[in-house]
Amino acid sequence: MTFKRVVVTGLGALTPIGNDVTTYWNNLAAGVSGAGPITKFDASKFRTQFACEVKGLDVSQYIPRQEARKMDAFTHYALIATDEAVRDAELNLDTLDKNKVGVIWGSGIGGLKSFEDEMIDYAKGDGTPRINPFFIVRMIADSASGQISMRYGFRGTNYVTVSACASTNNAIIDAFNYIRLGRLNMCVVGGSEAAVTKAGIGGFNANRALSERNDSPQTASRPYDKDRDGFVMGEGAGSIILEEYEHAQARGAKIYAELIGGGMSSDAYHITAPHPEGLGAFLGMQDALNDAGIAPEEIDYINTHGTSTPIGDPQELKAIHQLFGEHSFKMNISSTKSMTGHLLGAAGAVEAIACIKALEHQLVPPTINHFTNDDEIDPRFNLTFNVAQARPMTTVMSNAFGFGGHNAIVIFRKLS
Amino acid sequence: MSDIAQKVKNIIVEKLGVEESEVTPEASFTNDLGADSLDTVELIMEFEKEFNLPIPDDEAEKISTVGLAIEYLEKHIGK
Repeated sequence: MTFKRVVVTGLGALTPIGNDVTTYWNNLAAGVSGAGPITKFDASKFRTQFACEVKGLDVSQYIPRQEARKMDAFTHYALIATDEAVRDAELNLDTLDKNKVGVIWGSGIGGLKSFEDEMIDYAKGDGTPRINPFFIVRMIADSASGQISMRYGFRGTNYVTVSACASTNNAIIDAFNYIRLGRLNMCVVGGSEAAVTKAGIGGFNANRALSERNDSPQTASRPYDKDRDGFVMGEGAGSIILEEYEHAQARGAKIYAELIGGGMSSDAYHITAPHPEGLGAFLGMQDALNDAGIAPEEIDYINTHGTSTPIGDPQELKAIHQLFGEHSFKMNISSTKSMTGHLLGAAGAVEAIACIKALEHQLVPPTINHFTNDDEIDPRFNLTFNVAQARPMTTVMSNAFGFGGHNAIVIFRKLS
Repeated sequence: MSDIAQKVKNIIVEKLGVEESEVTPEASFTNDLGADSLDTVELIMEFEKEFNLPIPDDEAEKISTVGLAIEYLEKHIGK
């Protein structure tokens, strides 16, 4: 059978470096860090006291207070980013066949703060449970896709993917498959995370995943730098409207790019550590290239997972070198997590948007905070250090890997 | 208005996002104030917390209006 083509027709972003796509992109291009001291709780006793938080957001401008209080922040973020994406796609909600519009969302954790708050409250009592009736619906990860569907009446396929930091890319790939099979005309995909909480920071501190560079938050996320010491927690959301190509054409939609491939694999190795030879990453990227039916040399830019952890960064590059050979030194590579921090389950969402905007502007956003070369990292890689680089680009890849050994990779192409 | 009645009104205004003028004794939580079944459960829980008074489920089910809530609480508090 012939697959249908799938294109991107709307974007929405709520990030630590911009609460809309334009601001986000401008700050990516300018190399702005979103890190700062944690404001969401008193972190003075935590090993890490900084994060990349969303700033200056007034939720009530988007969601009536009565509805908002029944949702966790990660659902607020999902609705706010999707509000922008739906407006950007210029959907006519009166004429659209909403039964053929799905919502597939990604979140690594879901409503962590809601869980935390309720249980802290419970622990203060005498053991009698007085659990708020909205506790479960605030907390469960699928409330994000459910709330999006209710807001717009999208009655197609609806669920949330959970594969830690690969979650959104899994959501994108699932939607890609449904649309190219003709099961959906359109799908809202994306991811959101709001884990800058006591449990989130404390938990990732406990497994030594976070940077502890408290004296310099803005330079803490430094993928590929010799002195990187862990990732910086980010939060926010990215929302993308995926649409069947002819459906988009018929309504005269603006088309950003085509989604041409998705690849998935598992390390089958360790619950947190990546495979030492980058085997899962290699297999996932290879799977994505095969799915797209393109040669490795066609990839112009890879937005890497590159979280700024000592072990993860070089292993991903090893896998890239193994798969792309000499071409791995000719393409551009960057980790925009150097600016946004690591949005966990939403990382794939905001990074797919970074890739799509990079294609639009023919500009590779940088890996900021490069100070010292790491002997473990081949200097022939063009890691786009510190300053954005203009280059003609047709095809770009976005990598996302998650605790549990999940790897999910997507490939976007400028529409020809 | 009694202190209890004012506190009940405040909780309803806060939780259901309605205007205080709508919170009349006759107003039904579900029919007039837009509450669904979960909102109603939450309201009862808030009354329990505010007045430190456990409300048994079979009693809670009967509390469907603002007036019935105030009446129940006034009757049971301090006894």
